[in-house]
Amino acid sequence: MTTIQHISTGRRIKDRVVQGLVYLAFALAVVPLISVLWLVISNGLERFDLEFLTHSMNGIGARDAHGGAYHAIIGTLEQVLLASLISVPIGLLTAIYLVEYGNGGRLSRSISFFVDVMTGVPSVVAGLFVFAFWILFLGFQFSGWAGALALSILMMPTVVRSAEEMLRLVPGDLREASYALGVPKWRTIVKVVLPTAFTGIVTGVMLAVARVAGETAPLLMTVFFTNSINNDPFNGPQMGLPLFVFDQAARPNDTAIDRAWTGALTLILIVMLLNLVARLIAWWRSPARGR
Amino acid sequence: MSKQIQVSGLDAYYGSHKAIEDVSMTIEPRSITAFIGPSGCGKSTFLRTLNRMHEVIPGARVEGKVLLDGEDLYAPTIEPVSVRRMIGMVFQRPNPFPTMSIYENVAAGLRLNRGRISRSELDGIVEESLKGANLWNEVKDRLNKPGAGLSGGQQQRLCIARAIAVQPEVLLMDEPCSALDPISTLAIEDLMAKLKDKYTIVIVTHNMQQAARVSDRTAFFNLAAQGQPGKVIEMDETSRMFTNPTQKATEDYITGRFG
Ligand SMILES: Nc1ncnc2c1ncn2[C@@H]1O[C@H](COP(=O)(O)OP(=O)(O)OP(=O)(O)O)[C@@H](O)[C@H]1O
Ligand SMILES: [Mg+2]
Repeated sequence: MTTIQHISTGRRIKDRVVQGLVYLAFALAVVPLISVLWLVISNGLERFDLEFLTHSMNGIGARDAHGGAYHAIIGTLEQVLLASLISVPIGLLTAIYLVEYGNGGRLSRSISFFVDVMTGVPSVVAGLFVFAFWILFLGFQFSGWAGALALSILMMPTVVRSAEEMLRLVPGDLREASYALGVPKWRTIVKVVLPTAFTGIVTGVMLAVARVAGETAPLLMTVFFTNSINNDPFNGPQMGLPLFVFDQAARPNDTAIDRAWTGALTLILIVMLLNLVARLIAWWRSPARGR
Repeated sequence: MSKQIQVSGLDAYYGSHKAIEDVSMTIEPRSITAFIGPSGCGKSTFLRTLNRMHEVIPGARVEGKVLLDGEDLYAPTIEPVSVRRMIGMVFQRPNPFPTMSIYENVAAGLRLNRGRISRSELDGIVEESLKGANLWNEVKDRLNKPGAGLSGGQQQRLCIARAIAVQPEVLLMDEPCSALDPISTLAIEDLMAKLKDKYTIVIVTHNMQQAARVSDRTAFFNLAAQGQPGKVIEMDETSRMFTNPTQKATEDYITGRFG
């Protein structure tokens, strides 16, 4: 017969030690995050004003204060939007194919493989590819659109993987329930599977957006660079916030360094804002709200 | 409404594994037919061949004939989707759509199939289906709350309401009460007795008393050995099956002297 045992002192000590280690690891992980945020906010607040948000760098001399990142903000928003418009539909349809139609066949296995390969493509290579193909080979000029092409190459695998994961989480029971009502497969996917996975897919897309919004290297070779406002992403060089930060930070005077910090702060705020919007959409669509 | 099903020489496979072999039977309209038999003998598989849900599983296929009032459901020109509209199904585990409210769950079949449908017509059908599933009184004040927020028994009745909202000819139920308490089970048994006036009902159950209580005819499935395909051993009026079966295996199974 076994007896009810008390927790031994040895185990209690081990428990405490491991608990301590876990907290320590957590603190170590959070320290860089907090310090980055702290640095960016404290240094960036200085120039975070209306002028920064509404003016470009056009006509600002090398040593002047003033000037802003309006051209870069517009550029980043347009490029990321275009990149999402390309990669979200393609990525989502790919994920739907993999989960709902692929059945682990040869095509779906090779798609899966290439998605993995794409995940590993360094961002410079994506930029180089678009530069070589779109600008050198096809002869188009630098533009926000070219940048969006490069960013979409980086976004696509993230969208595919996260959407795929979310679609797989939808229980097979639900699909069967829908089939049993005589609903065709494609309608089942559109009306039952996608809405069930909606929140997760939105989160995945936002992560992908956040990832590409900060990319500098692919923009250098595709969007190029400008100091003035160019609202048209299909014509001529544009600017992007990462490029703006890169450019200003490389200049020797404090006024430029300040602008770089503020640019970084703006970028973080934009990504956070987009995340917030996505959460709102997800919350608004969630069943728990009862509608 | 309510149609007869005639099955002849039906085999069902999962890939190369033959799960049921040479099943032939007639399922009468406006009655309840129960399938009983040990686990793994192919009751669910057979049930799913009746509305072409079997082939949804990758690699699964069916040979043989299933006639619904004389029309072969497996004829090459038949659209499987339309078969499922005519032959509804309730699953073992309640599976309401989590993104939809109670109302939308019941309306799902109509909305997803027919598209545009007037609100007043839909209201009527939803109310009637919920009343038909004995659930109306419990949910009429919270039709817009999520269907997943109901109790297990209520969810199962919601699934029944969802199935009858599309007005099928036949209702297939795979162990609809196995996850439910005795009270909910009784509610669903009452419901089946009521529904059999309008529908052909087929139910799979592991509960002998339930089969004896609710069904008019019973089919006993069995398999010779593990890995062998399941077969119908005997099918007869329920009263005869439970008092005076012709096969020894049936008697052993029903009296619990099995294996
Ligand atoms: N999706 C599947 N893929 C492969 N084989 C399956 C699948 N579903 C069932 N089978 C096999 O088919 C046979 C019959 O299974 P089925 O589910 O029809 O039995 P059942 O009589 O409903 O059993 P239970 O009473 O436990 O529900 C079993 O040997 C089972 O292993
Ligand atoms: Mg079963």
